[in-house]
Amino acid sequence: MPSVLPDGEPVPHDGSLPADALAGAADRPLGFYLHVPYCATRCGYCDFNTYTANELRGSGGALASRDNYAQTLVEEVRLARKVLGDDPRPVETVFVGGGTPTLLRAADLGRMLAAIREEFGLADGAEITTEANPESVDPEYLGELRASGFNRVSFGMQSARQHVLKILDRTHTPGRPEACVGEARAAGFEHVNLDLIYGTPGESDEDWQASLDAAIAAGPDHVSAYALIVEEGTQLARRIRRGEIPMTDDDVHADRYLMAEETLSRAGFGWYEVSNWATSQPGRCRHNELYWRGADWWGAGPGAHSHVGGVRWWNVKHPGAYAQALAEGRSPGAGREILSAEDRRVERILLELRLSDGCPLDLLAPAGARAAARHVADGLLEAGPYEAGRAVLTLRGRLLADAVVRDLVD
Amino acid sequence: MPATPTHVPEPSRTDPALIRNFCIIAHIDHGKSTLADRMLQLTGVVEQRQMRAQYLDRMDIERERGITIKSQAVRLPWAPTTGDGAGTTHVLNMIDTPGHVDFTYEVSRSLAACEGTILLVDAAQGIEAQTLANLYLALENDLTIIPVLNKIDLPAAQPEKYAAELAHIIGCDPSEVLKVSAKTGVGVAELLDKVVAEVPAPVGKADAPARAMIFDSVYDSYRGVVTYVKVVDGKLSRRERIQMMSTGAAHELLEIGVSSPEMTASDGLGVGEVGYLITGVKDVRQSKVGDTVTQLHKGATEPLGGYKDPKPMVFSGLYPLDGSDYPELRDALDKLQLNDAALVYEPETSAALGFGFRVGFLGLLHLDVIRERLEREFGLDLIATAPNVIYRVIMEDGSEHTVTNPSEFPTGKIAEVYEPVVRATVLAPSEFVGAIMELCQSRRGSLLGMDYLSEDRVELRYTLPLAEIVFDFFDQLKSKTRGYASLDYEPTGEQTSELVKVDILLHGDKVDAFSAILHKDKAYAYGVRMAGKLRELIPRQQFEVPIQAAIGSRVIARETVRAIRKDVLAKCYGGDISRKRKLLEKQKEGKKRMKMVGAVEVPQEAFIAALSTDEGDSKSKK
Repeated sequence: MPSVLPDGEPVPHDGSLPADALAGAADRPLGFYLHVPYCATRCGYCDFNTYTANELRGSGGALASRDNYAQTLVEEVRLARKVLGDDPRPVETVFVGGGTPTLLRAADLGRMLAAIREEFGLADGAEITTEANPESVDPEYLGELRASGFNRVSFGMQSARQHVLKILDRTHTPGRPEACVGEARAAGFEHVNLDLIYGTPGESDEDWQASLDAAIAAGPDHVSAYALIVEEGTQLARRIRRGEIPMTDDDVHADRYLMAEETLSRAGFGWYEVSNWATSQPGRCRHNELYWRGADWWGAGPGAHSHVGGVRWWNVKHPGAYAQALAEGRSPGAGREILSAEDRRVERILLELRLSDGCPLDLLAPAGARAAARHVADGLLEAGPYEAGRAVLTLRGRLLADAVVRDLVD
Repeated sequence: MPATPTHVPEPSRTDPALIRNFCIIAHIDHGKSTLADRMLQLTGVVEQRQMRAQYLDRMDIERERGITIKSQAVRLPWAPTTGDGAGTTHVLNMIDTPGHVDFTYEVSRSLAACEGTILLVDAAQGIEAQTLANLYLALENDLTIIPVLNKIDLPAAQPEKYAAELAHIIGCDPSEVLKVSAKTGVGVAELLDKVVAEVPAPVGKADAPARAMIFDSVYDSYRGVVTYVKVVDGKLSRRERIQMMSTGAAHELLEIGVSSPEMTASDGLGVGEVGYLITGVKDVRQSKVGDTVTQLHKGATEPLGGYKDPKPMVFSGLYPLDGSDYPELRDALDKLQLNDAALVYEPETSAALGFGFRVGFLGLLHLDVIRERLEREFGLDLIATAPNVIYRVIMEDGSEHTVTNPSEFPTGKIAEVYEPVVRATVLAPSEFVGAIMELCQSRRGSLLGMDYLSEDRVELRYTLPLAEIVFDFFDQLKSKTRGYASLDYEPTGEQTSELVKVDILLHGDKVDAFSAILHKDKAYAYGVRMAGKLRELIPRQQFEVPIQAAIGSRVIARETVRAIRKDVLAKCYGGDISRKRKLLEKQKEGKKRMKMVGAVEVPQEAFIAALSTDEGDSKSKK
């Protein structure tokens, strides 16, 4: 989650939603994102909303600390219950992200999940994921997580090469994330993801191939591979600007992406979103699919975004201010936007086009439809699905997805 | 300082024998306006407390650049203390001349209104090329020359050296060169006495039909066009019906008078007098510099000689940066034209730049001044295409085309192409002769002659194609001579040359704004430079974009913008969606501002950057 919040209108003090936000909710799955804003150290490329201090206070003295954070977050889950009123939906997916969720005790993550179970109930077969730092978990910790109900874990591996990890300021030793996959399997996790980053300055094709091979050999059922984004305001951006580190060329990113696609598909992984591959349908991250398919999700924690029935809001960023709002019985929402029909149409195109299922052509206006036909001819959209009424990116199209979106939303 | 003279002769009743019409020829910065200020004070027409620096220069740009664009005439009473006329109040008409090469014709008309001129030269710098050119004009008009060195108070002044130089040029004795300081006022009274003593009085036939020459016309938003004239024969009176002899158009004289220096109405103007006319016309093109004014009834039949229609020499396409400003640009040009008979324009459309105007100018300074006024006074942001000249193209079938826009250069079998040429004069310290010759040679110049004005100052005369000096010649000249060289040029006709049109093609489509007409030996270098520049400036597209420079169908240079291979955000999760949608909206706005050249999207900034000169870049590095 990027650290800069959008502009929007204010959120009501009690966090209440417009009356029609829950219309037709029964047909949409509901998920929870729980944000943990703590890290042991800040990585040079990261612009997420996370803090290395253990204790942060709000202006009224409310304390957000690693120790009481789970309790604070449970307060927001209770607020969610009030706001959603008699919405009968059980929760289909929970995803704990950060920051570094595993800097909290496993019992704390369990408590947060328990609150959701108490207030909303979990659907049968609900997907419960946490992100985990390879250095902050061990078999015992993973066992506790599994016992408290987590059934999917996502490790930040990034690279198999020490020198690449060093540029990224990642502190784990090469090999440790791969070992984590085995430990997670042993603890009973059915679904395990490894996150990879390509195109880090100093990374060679060979380094990247080694990372892919190592990740596959570890046996996850899901791999996310992201081109390194150099975000403004990060340490990495400053170092590149000063010329200490070279910027990676976009063509290199394109080459690395093609390597990922080739290596992963040969190993039995199929892409289902531009940056995500899974070995099977059940291996896909259902929580992330909620985002991409316009479902409802409640994001709890500082800076977290939520979306319910066309209303999107986001919480205050600072953990102290966040704790303060909840302590005073207020919604921690900092701003919201109520999406127009056109906004929702545009968002559907820009999100669904990234998926292997693509987006339906009937979402497109005449100009967008003409562009789609053109892009089939250009080789950016698949011809078969197009005939069947869907815009689905080709491999080359995946690399130019944003350009295709710009044309299709016309 | 003498008291204000008494018994000042009144307009329309002034004995021509008491009139002295003179102007000041000087280079920019040599102190003409300051000297004029001092004369206004000394003759008492402007009171001390009303005095502001450069009183006569009205436009902000003039004041800032320290140059005079539009001339004016001021009537000054002066009773000399020395010489034959001592004690008698004379009328001095000081006619301010424009100081720049582009306005040679206006200068020549101002000079034609005078019987004498003050040749004003900076005592620390010596004479400059334009001053010399204007001096020659004055000599052609048989004007009495009063050589004056200004700024003698400066520590760097070398009055003896430059007095010798001036004496050498005009053929007088160095002791006859007056030395003044316009800043402190030293020598100015003596100078005025000398004007009375040496400048001849105007001679005309008082009983003939009136003939008055227009030497300037200025648009004033309250009064309409104010026309400045010198009456040569007869008399013009208020309320009279007058006629412009070039067009036959008749007007009523709503007001007639003199500037002293504020406009003061009078009963009329008699032989030798200088003053203004107001007829209620709204457009200076109805009151043309050089034209002859006479009475409607029983008027003169023969106009005074020397009238010419102003003819634009240099053209440039002016386009608003924001296409929606097009109507504002049109209105602004309309307004400027009210006061500038030499400004011509017509609408044109460029595939690359949208709607704009092809504007004709007298020369480079004229272009600069107009562009700056459009931007400053009218708040417009403009893109200007590289300036070009007029070409005359004769086809093999005998048909003829006049080309003011390179993209309109005809295709097909061309027999001959004519381009305008100028006679250029460069004055510089002799150490730079080699560098100047090298520059002129590289611009297809041919040396006409060379003279030493003094031991270390040289005058070089060249014939040069106008096209070779309109772009960056002056900047180059300045940089090769450490700023010491001065330039003057005058159109002398045309010549046939081996000229070709170079087109720039993006993905096979011509970009009209970059077409250029060049000598065939320079076409290749231009093509390579533009293609290279555009390769840097054009963003990568979804397909490979070849950039070609071509003469007709022959490609002379080629570059390629590689296809973009990656344009996708790696991550798009819950917290990214709003930002992503807003980014998309912004990108769509940006897409609207893109200009389409065929299938290629080109940001307007790329056009602007490509049209800017390399020299402009290097200037900012200095």
